[in-house]
Amino acid sequence: MLRIAMPVKAMAQRFAFLLLVGAATGILILGKADVALMERLRTNVADFLAPVLTALGQPVRATEAVIQNARELLNLREENARLREENARLLSWQDIARRFEQDNARFRQLLHITSDPVSTFISARVVGDSGSAFVRTMLLNAGARDGLQKGQAALGAEGLAGRIIEVGQRSSRLLLLTDLNSRIPIMLENSRYRGILAGDNSDQPRIDYLPANAQVSPGDRVITSGSGGLFPSGLPIGVVASVSDGAIRVQPLVDWHSLEIVSAVRFDLPKPDTGERIGARR
Amino acid sequence: MTAGPQGRLFQLLRGMTPVLLTLFLVLVNAVPSGLPHFSPLTPTLAMMAVYYWSIFRPELMPASAVFGIGLLQDVISGGPIGLMALVLVLIHGICVSQRRVFLSKSFMVGWWGFMMVAAGATLIGYIAACLYYGTLFNPLPVLAQSGLTVALYPPFNWLFVRAEQRLLRIA
Repeated sequence: MLRIAMPVKAMAQRFAFLLLVGAATGILILGKADVALMERLRTNVADFLAPVLTALGQPVRATEAVIQNARELLNLREENARLREENARLLSWQDIARRFEQDNARFRQLLHITSDPVSTFISARVVGDSGSAFVRTMLLNAGARDGLQKGQAALGAEGLAGRIIEVGQRSSRLLLLTDLNSRIPIMLENSRYRGILAGDNSDQPRIDYLPANAQVSPGDRVITSGSGGLFPSGLPIGVVASVSDGAIRVQPLVDWHSLEIVSAVRFDLPKPDTGERIGARR
Repeated sequence: MTAGPQGRLFQLLRGMTPVLLTLFLVLVNAVPSGLPHFSPLTPTLAMMAVYYWSIFRPELMPASAVFGIGLLQDVISGGPIGLMALVLVLIHGICVSQRRVFLSKSFMVGWWGFMMVAAGATLIGYIAACLYYGTLFNPLPVLAQSGLTVALYPPFNWLFVRAEQRLLRIA
């Protein structure tokens, strides 16, 4: 092996180091300026990595399934009793819902209300977690070829999880509603006051732009308002956790750590009589 | 005759062990753990790997590879691209220039060194992220994350030592 003189080698090393620090800083600035370029880069790499990450997650999921099975076996009797009770309760709710449904249809007919836009759901598995202190995103293993589009709402089992922000061919990125850049038009379910749910990387996002006279108290349910036409209205988000001067905090319904499958909401607004199609981004 | 090319391929792969192992750790890092409250609090495994290999086998962990590993981590995490690359290159730079301090010292010195290096690099990453997003982040999650990374260093150090002994020290 050729022995390079120590000072020359050290200098070369120092030069490479400075060059790379400069390059990293340059890429950071470039990413801030040309968002589309970085997005393309990210989606391409994510498309490539999604199957790898899916495979790597397999043992974790298998272990979880074993633990889950054991737990379920232990609680089988209790669970059965609970479910029987719940089933009885839900059956009576079903009766009520059926009656309301019929009533509603009749009223809609009487008032000539245009029907709500139809939503369909596309399921995707969470294969990657950001693991960064600065962003709250997740990588999904479904993309454009599965029908996912930028801007779609994504639901966990309990409620809204966030919004699809990047879509590749077979992968996409979900911006969680707790992320610093997340803004979602919301409405308080009972009082119908509208506002914006703004994430700030904490576990509980806050509500901005509520009317000054709005009455809010902890426990109020928060749902999507559908303003802006990006999300369907009425998707459950969370409950108001605390109201202190200046900040209303919302506890999301979604259980982040058990979020394995999300459903992206494919939703097209009905065509208005004039003008172009709103809402649906093509 | 056949041993020639095969042997060389084996040699090449062996030389790439540190980089490949680090890339693998970056991917493992991104897999959702399913542990409660763990998600925002994930240890940065790449930091540990870059620290270890930059000190003990800098010739097998070149700065350009460190840069690439950082970029990959950025792309996967969805954060600002270049941030982790910057942090890891800084760690690499510090380790390579100060490796005499850590070489052939006890494990405790290595752990202490990792704490110092990780703290410094995390601080610079934090400042860069604040500048990038134009906001002052709550430093608590960042502190918790780097604290967890430092706390979990020993088992990974053990893994790296094993990998080095098994794969690299044999003739």
